[in-house]
Amino acid sequence: MRKVAIVAAASRQEEKMLDTEVEMMIPLISEVKAKTGLDQTEIGFTCSGSSDFLAGQAFSFVMTLDAVGPVPPISESHVEMDGAWALYETWVKFQMGIIDTALVYSYGKPSPGSLQDVLSTQLDPYYVAPLWPDAHAVAGLQARTLLEQGIINVDQLADCAVRAGTVESREEYFSQPMLSDPLRKADCPTYADGGVAMILAAEGKAEELCEKPAWITGIDHRIDVHHFGVRDFTTVPSARIAAEKAGVHDGPIDIAELHAAYTTHDLLLRKEMGLPETPNHSQRSYPIKADTLMASGLLRIAEAARAIWEGDANRALAHATAGPLLQQNLICVLSGEDT
Amino acid sequence: MTDVNVPSSLDGVEPVQSVRTPIRMEYTFTPGVAAQTYLREFGNKKILGNVSPIDGAILVPPRGADPRHGALCEEFVEMPHTGHIGSYCVTNVPIPGRDLDLPYISAWIFLDGADVGFLNLVAECPPEECRIGMRVEAVWKPDEEIGMTAENILYWKPSGGPDIPFAEAGVRGWHARKQGETNA
Repeated sequence: MRKVAIVAAASRQEEKMLDTEVEMMIPLISEVKAKTGLDQTEIGFTCSGSSDFLAGQAFSFVMTLDAVGPVPPISESHVEMDGAWALYETWVKFQMGIIDTALVYSYGKPSPGSLQDVLSTQLDPYYVAPLWPDAHAVAGLQARTLLEQGIINVDQLADCAVRAGTVESREEYFSQPMLSDPLRKADCPTYADGGVAMILAAEGKAEELCEKPAWITGIDHRIDVHHFGVRDFTTVPSARIAAEKAGVHDGPIDIAELHAAYTTHDLLLRKEMGLPETPNHSQRSYPIKADTLMASGLLRIAEAARAIWEGDANRALAHATAGPLLQQNLICVLSGEDT
Repeated sequence: MTDVNVPSSLDGVEPVQSVRTPIRMEYTFTPGVAAQTYLREFGNKKILGNVSPIDGAILVPPRGADPRHGALCEEFVEMPHTGHIGSYCVTNVPIPGRDLDLPYISAWIFLDGADVGFLNLVAECPPEECRIGMRVEAVWKPDEEIGMTAENILYWKPSGGPDIPFAEAGVRGWHARKQGETNA
């Protein structure tokens, strides 16, 4: 396997941005180019992730290329997925041996529309989507199953909310009214506009661009079945298998950046991946406090890389999810060690 | 069609060939910094362009970015209401939703001093007289109908004066100028 590292990252999140996607992304993309000293002609491949359903217009990602500078013409691709999957496509390109550097970015601006409605449109178009269940309601179905089967209890939810910082104490948690019973507001995400940009480089180049490259030692993504009727809401086999394949268990994990938008998801993911429920190192940021659809996953990878650059971790796990109820899961393990 | 086993009570019932699940989603767009500045001034009958921080190219209408270089454009410049036709197309077939008399001319208009063009209508000009390099000027809506909308200019009409030479018209003109700079 060819060694590939993350050598620069930039990100921004705000509750509501008045900038266009292009105006939002230019400073971030410029920042990672400046950090590495690369200009667009020195970048072998550019890959992005975003959603037309958020932008409310077709081929919206093409417009955002204004932020990249595709003159002279560049090698480019886009996924209608979280940017973590754009990173995966890029990693595959590296493994093919045809690039040495890459720019990966993703962004989401849910503020112009209703994200609850947008998320409904990803559901089964025949039997589920026409009923317009909102994302919190779907999460509530799962939470009820988990609680009533005794797989998790409400105290765990409260502790998770305190750990993620959506409430200060258990008392505050239990004083909140139900939002989507059995979930309280503190169990559910707050949405944010935002974007992430990063530069990746292969061994030989990465060391030139970064003092301490964050090497990708394992990456894998798996998908669970789409149909709710055949999903067991109490397990996430796709996350478990992706973690195994990405080599999560081959060594200690110093920091785990989980793309958990709900407390229930945080607890479930920890169970599936064998991570401690009370980690030694807290995440650098929590999607439940600021979830940016299409960028939260890539931001987890950026945060894991930052933990390595800043010496907070030798080995870090980043997780990204897409689809309803943790349907798709990507796990990426980063290491500061040049193994 | 694949054979499907259905209860006998459904024998002879017309199969469902399609379902309709209407989707409606509403968005409240923010135009962004550049478009907002542009539209505000367009509402005052002023046309703004962006100045590229890389090479000073003037981009109309302003999008907040020089898309060639991925650079943020924060400088604005006021443009004249005259320009030339960089290219054009004569439409002879009606298009649903467009209530225009046929034939009509869509043109790529380059304002004087601008390095890129934009799409608009050309009128008060028989199609056979329209040509690349022809000089045009804006015909605005009556003042009381002007607002922060791209519809402020009804169309562009010939303004007279000598044509821009073909080799210097439109994007070719931009490249010709660039070439000149390189040779200089």
